[in-house]
Amino acid sequence: MEPQITSPAETQTPAISLRNLRVSYGEREILHGVSFDVQQGETLVILGGSGSGKSTLLRTLVGLERPTSGEIWIKGRNIATISNDELDEIRRHMGMSFQGGALFGSMTVGENVALPLREHTKLEDPTIDIMLRLKLDQVGLSGYEDYVPSQLSGGMKKRAAVARALAMDPEILFFDEPSAGLDPIIAAGIDELILELKQAFHMTIIVVTHELASAFLIADRMVLIDKGDVIALGTPEEMRTSTHPRVRQFLDRIAEPAVSQELDYLQMLTEDRHGIRR
Amino acid sequence: MELTVQIGQSVLNALAYIGSLATLSARAGYYTFVAPLHGKPVRIQRAITQAMQVGVRALPILSLITFFIGLILALQAAYELRKFGAINFVASAVAISMSRELGPLITAIVVIGRSGSSFAAEIGTMKVTEELDALETMAINPIRFLVTPKFIAMMVMLPCLTIWANAMGVLGGSLFGVAKAGFNFTGYINASIDALFLRDIISGLVKSFMFAITITAVGCQEGLSTGAGAEQVGRSTTAAVVMSIFLVILVDLIFTALFFFLGAH
Repeated sequence: MEPQITSPAETQTPAISLRNLRVSYGEREILHGVSFDVQQGETLVILGGSGSGKSTLLRTLVGLERPTSGEIWIKGRNIATISNDELDEIRRHMGMSFQGGALFGSMTVGENVALPLREHTKLEDPTIDIMLRLKLDQVGLSGYEDYVPSQLSGGMKKRAAVARALAMDPEILFFDEPSAGLDPIIAAGIDELILELKQAFHMTIIVVTHELASAFLIADRMVLIDKGDVIALGTPEEMRTSTHPRVRQFLDRIAEPAVSQELDYLQMLTEDRHGIRR
Repeated sequence: MELTVQIGQSVLNALAYIGSLATLSARAGYYTFVAPLHGKPVRIQRAITQAMQVGVRALPILSLITFFIGLILALQAAYELRKFGAINFVASAVAISMSRELGPLITAIVVIGRSGSSFAAEIGTMKVTEELDALETMAINPIRFLVTPKFIAMMVMLPCLTIWANAMGVLGGSLFGVAKAGFNFTGYINASIDALFLRDIISGLVKSFMFAITITAVGCQEGLSTGAGAEQVGRSTTAAVVMSIFLVILVDLIFTALFFFLGAH
């Protein structure tokens, strides 16, 4: 269906290329044609308010949602159209840290981290033990391999989830709201961890967040999603100096303007809801 | 018009639901028999743990319940049989109704309450906490990883439990037989064994095997289709129990009818 024969990844190799990506839940379209590239080794922060579509974008990037149209090029493959088996092949090069950690409650921390290794490699148990200790050490959780997730604090769960995401030495690491639900000090620790990973492994890191302080600290570039569209893309400096009204509103934390005019209010109550999304 | 549309919609929904159960069972079958040939081994260790949970841990409560059921059956049968002076048939009445019908059914219902509900709750909780998503992003298929060991455990353990339940039922019946119907214990057991044909036991086991597939498919399907939020896990668990009981009885009816007409010729 697409005449282009060489993928973008084969020519100048961005880690991820999105082309006109559209995603819908049922009738409702969440992303209305998103396009941007993520360069190898950069940390890209996806910013956006609640309901902006940023989490849907992340879920689509890791293959949990299939787009209705558009392309997602990762490692030379368009993961929007490939089969599940091929997608699984690509996924072995990606790691994802979920918002709540998503550690398996029935397993210890060590078993959680070792799981991808046990499933996808033929390594012997002693080797896996060494690797899982290494991964736990990288996230500052040495000695916690025999704990179960319910014994860990929120910050430690996130660190353990990062260790699990790192298990297969991924080329691309995804974070969903890494600092959500954490106190500022612990959240800063997670930011620090992301910076360390970036320096140590030169991984491509994609972070979805609405925490501005953390975003400006870790991002090489940031993309701002609003109502399913990319409205700004650039370095933190470019974002700070942007004059785009929605960007300013988001960065300066200005609340949605209240409806002041009677006529506007009447229109808000009577407008065609299905028409607004267009 | 409105009514016919609603009926049509309900029928379509029911067929879609049964289709989803069949698909899930077929995928579990694939991961049990075909995928291991392609180097994706079955999680035997997990299946054994599940089998312990589904089977061995159910033994005390199942034994107690089926012992009582056997005793109740003996009392009910004797009430009618003694009018004809045929109280010595109580042993065969209990043995046949246990192994053909009540053994498999009561076992299935106990297992639905213990394990069908817990399958739905376990998988539903994992869905809500994004653990299923986490499995997928790690390129681990949740059907192979979570559902298949449950199918294996259930399909092995439910027939075993059913045999045990039959035995406990006969034992329960013997309490009445020895106390009130003039049997001695060995005499009662011998009378029970003499009354049974192999096909009575086999038909009960075939049923229990089908119940095992039904219970696992419903429990796992309800878990997998859990919506967002903790209260949805409760809804899934309830739905798994109600739907399993209904479908087990439906499957029971279908197979009982099948055996009846096959046996008639």
